[in-house]
Amino acid sequence: MENRRSFLRMAGSLAGAGVATGALAEANPLDVPPWTREQGATAPGYGRPSPSETLARYPRLPPRFPGASSTVTPLQGLHGILTPNGLHFERHHAGIPAIDPDRHRLVVHGLVERPLALTMDDIVRFPAVSRLHFLECSGNTPWLGAKPDWTVQDSHGLISCAEWTGVELSILLAEVGVKPGAAWILAEGADACAMTRSIPFDALDGAILAYAQNGERLRPEQGYPLRLFLPGLEGNLSIKWLRRIKVGDQPFQTREETSKYTDLMPDGTVRQFTFVMEAKSIITAPSGGQHLHEPGFHEIRGLAWTGRGRIAGVEVSTDNGISWREAHLEGPVLPRCLTRFRLPWRWEGGPARLLSRARDETGYVQPSREALVAVRGTRSFYHNNAVFGWSIEPNGSVTYAV
Amino acid sequence: MRYEAFLPLILSLGLAGPLAAEPLGIGRPASSETIAAWDIDVRPDGQGLPPGRGSVRDGAGLYAARCAACHGARGEGAAAEALAGGLGSLASAKPLRTVGSFWPYATTLFDYVRRAMPFDAPQSLTPDETYAVSAYVLHLNGLLPEEASLDATSLPRVAMPNRDGFTADPRPDVPPPSPPARPTEHTESR
Repeated sequence: MENRRSFLRMAGSLAGAGVATGALAEANPLDVPPWTREQGATAPGYGRPSPSETLARYPRLPPRFPGASSTVTPLQGLHGILTPNGLHFERHHAGIPAIDPDRHRLVVHGLVERPLALTMDDIVRFPAVSRLHFLECSGNTPWLGAKPDWTVQDSHGLISCAEWTGVELSILLAEVGVKPGAAWILAEGADACAMTRSIPFDALDGAILAYAQNGERLRPEQGYPLRLFLPGLEGNLSIKWLRRIKVGDQPFQTREETSKYTDLMPDGTVRQFTFVMEAKSIITAPSGGQHLHEPGFHEIRGLAWTGRGRIAGVEVSTDNGISWREAHLEGPVLPRCLTRFRLPWRWEGGPARLLSRARDETGYVQPSREALVAVRGTRSFYHNNAVFGWSIEPNGSVTYAV
Repeated sequence: MRYEAFLPLILSLGLAGPLAAEPLGIGRPASSETIAAWDIDVRPDGQGLPPGRGSVRDGAGLYAARCAACHGARGEGAAAEALAGGLGSLASAKPLRTVGSFWPYATTLFDYVRRAMPFDAPQSLTPDETYAVSAYVLHLNGLLPEEASLDATSLPRVAMPNRDGFTADPRPDVPPPSPPARPTEHTESR
C-alpha cells in the first residue's frame, strides 16, 4: 500500500514535469527513420559502445615521458557506480607491459614457512571472492592549478569503481605459512620499474589478488594478468602486474613510499604511509563543461566514497554553502565502494553554486578546502578530499567554482 | 602492524571454511636460487645488497653516459626530475625534493636504480655499476667525497639529511565543520 502511494506521488510529480516539457514539443510530425525500415547489423564478437557514444580517457597532464602517465575516467558521462573496464582510470610509471600469462609467476617468500611460485592457473584454483570497491589515485584532484574550464574528468578522473574477483591475500598467506615476527609485505610488479610498495599487515584487511574485473580478466593497463587490490587505500598500493610478495618484519622503504606518495607539510616534515582515502564526494551532473539548456527541473547527481567503511550521507548546497540539503543515496551503499547520490532541484535561471559534502559511518565529514589547507598547506600533493563545487551561470554554462 | 593483528583473519578463514587450516597444496616450492633474478629489494639496514663495489669517479662517467640526458649534467633535473640540490627547501614555498634534500635512505637510491633505471634499459646495470652511479648521485648532493666508493657495508651508513623528516599518518587531522553536518536522516533506496 505504501509502495502504491509513493508510486502515485512520483507519477504526480512526473505529470507536473510533463507540463514543463510541453513547451518544447516537436513542431514537426515524427517520421519513420531508416533504421526502422531495414534489417539491422549482427552483433560483433566483442561488443563496442554505439558510435554515437564518444567517452574516452585521456592523460590529465601531457606526460613528460611516454610510459609514465595516467589517464582519467569520464565521470561526467557515466551512470551508476560501476566503471566500464575500458574507461577505468589507470596510472603507469614505466609503460604497460605485454605479459605472457603462461610465463607469468607470483612468488611469495620471505618470512614464510613454504615459499611458493604460482602460475596463473594455480592462482585461479584458490577459493575466489568478488567484491565491489572504488580505486582512487592519491593524486586525484590537484591541490593547485585549478582552471574554470575543468571538467569533473579533469578534477576527479583518477577514481573508478569495479567488481574485483580473485584470491583473498589472507588465504595465500595461510598457504605459505607466515612466520612469527612478520608484520609487512613488499608487493612488486613485473613492469619496467618493478613497482614496489611496503604494506603493514593491519592495512591488508580485505586485500585481494585480483585477476578479473567486472567479469572479465584484467585489462593490460589494470595489471594483467594479476594485481594486488587493497580496498579503500591509495591506488598506488594496489600493485599491478604483481609478480612477487615478500613477507618481512619492517618496511622496505622503496622509492615510491619515500620520495613519492608521501605528504609534505608546511613545516617541512613529511607524512609517510598515508594509506586511507578519506571521505570525498563530487557532483557529476551538472558539472564543469556541461550546459543547462533551460530553467526548471534538473536532478543533481554525484558520487561519494570513503576508505573507512560506508558513506553515511551526502549534503548538497546550491547556494555556495549557505544552506545544505540532504541528498538521497541511491543504493547499494557498500563499504569502500562508490555510492551514488541525487537530489531534485529546480534551476530558476539565475547564478548558482553547487557543492557536495560527504560524511562516513565513522562520523568523519569531508572538509572544506579552507579547512584542509589550514592544516596541510598546498604542497602535500596527495590526498586532497576537499569539498568541490560548480558554478552555474545565468546562461546555463557550468564551470569550476571552489 | 603486528603479525597478531592479521592472525584472526587467517585463522577465521581456516576455521570457518569447509577446509582445515592445512595448506591447499597449490603451487611449487620457490627456492632462493630460482627466484634470485627477481629478489632484488634492498632494505635500509642493507639486507638485499649484492656483493660489489663502485666509486664516485666510476659513477661520473656512467652518469654522464646513462643518466645526464634526462636528469641534467649535475643532477639539476631536465626532462626527468632533479636528483641534487634543494637542501633546506622543504619548509619553503618552493620545496625541491631530491635524493639529497628529501630521501631518507641511501639504500632506496640503490634499490631504485637497480630495479628501474636507466629509463631506456632498466635492470641492465651490473652491481658494481649500480654502486658507482649511486655513489656519484650522493656525491652530487655533497654527501660523499670525490674519492669515496660504496659497497654493501658502507652504503647503508651514508647519513641522509632528511632521515628524521618523516612522521606517521595522523589523519583524521581536520576538525569537523561548525555548525556540524546535519544529522538529518537521509533516504536510501536499494
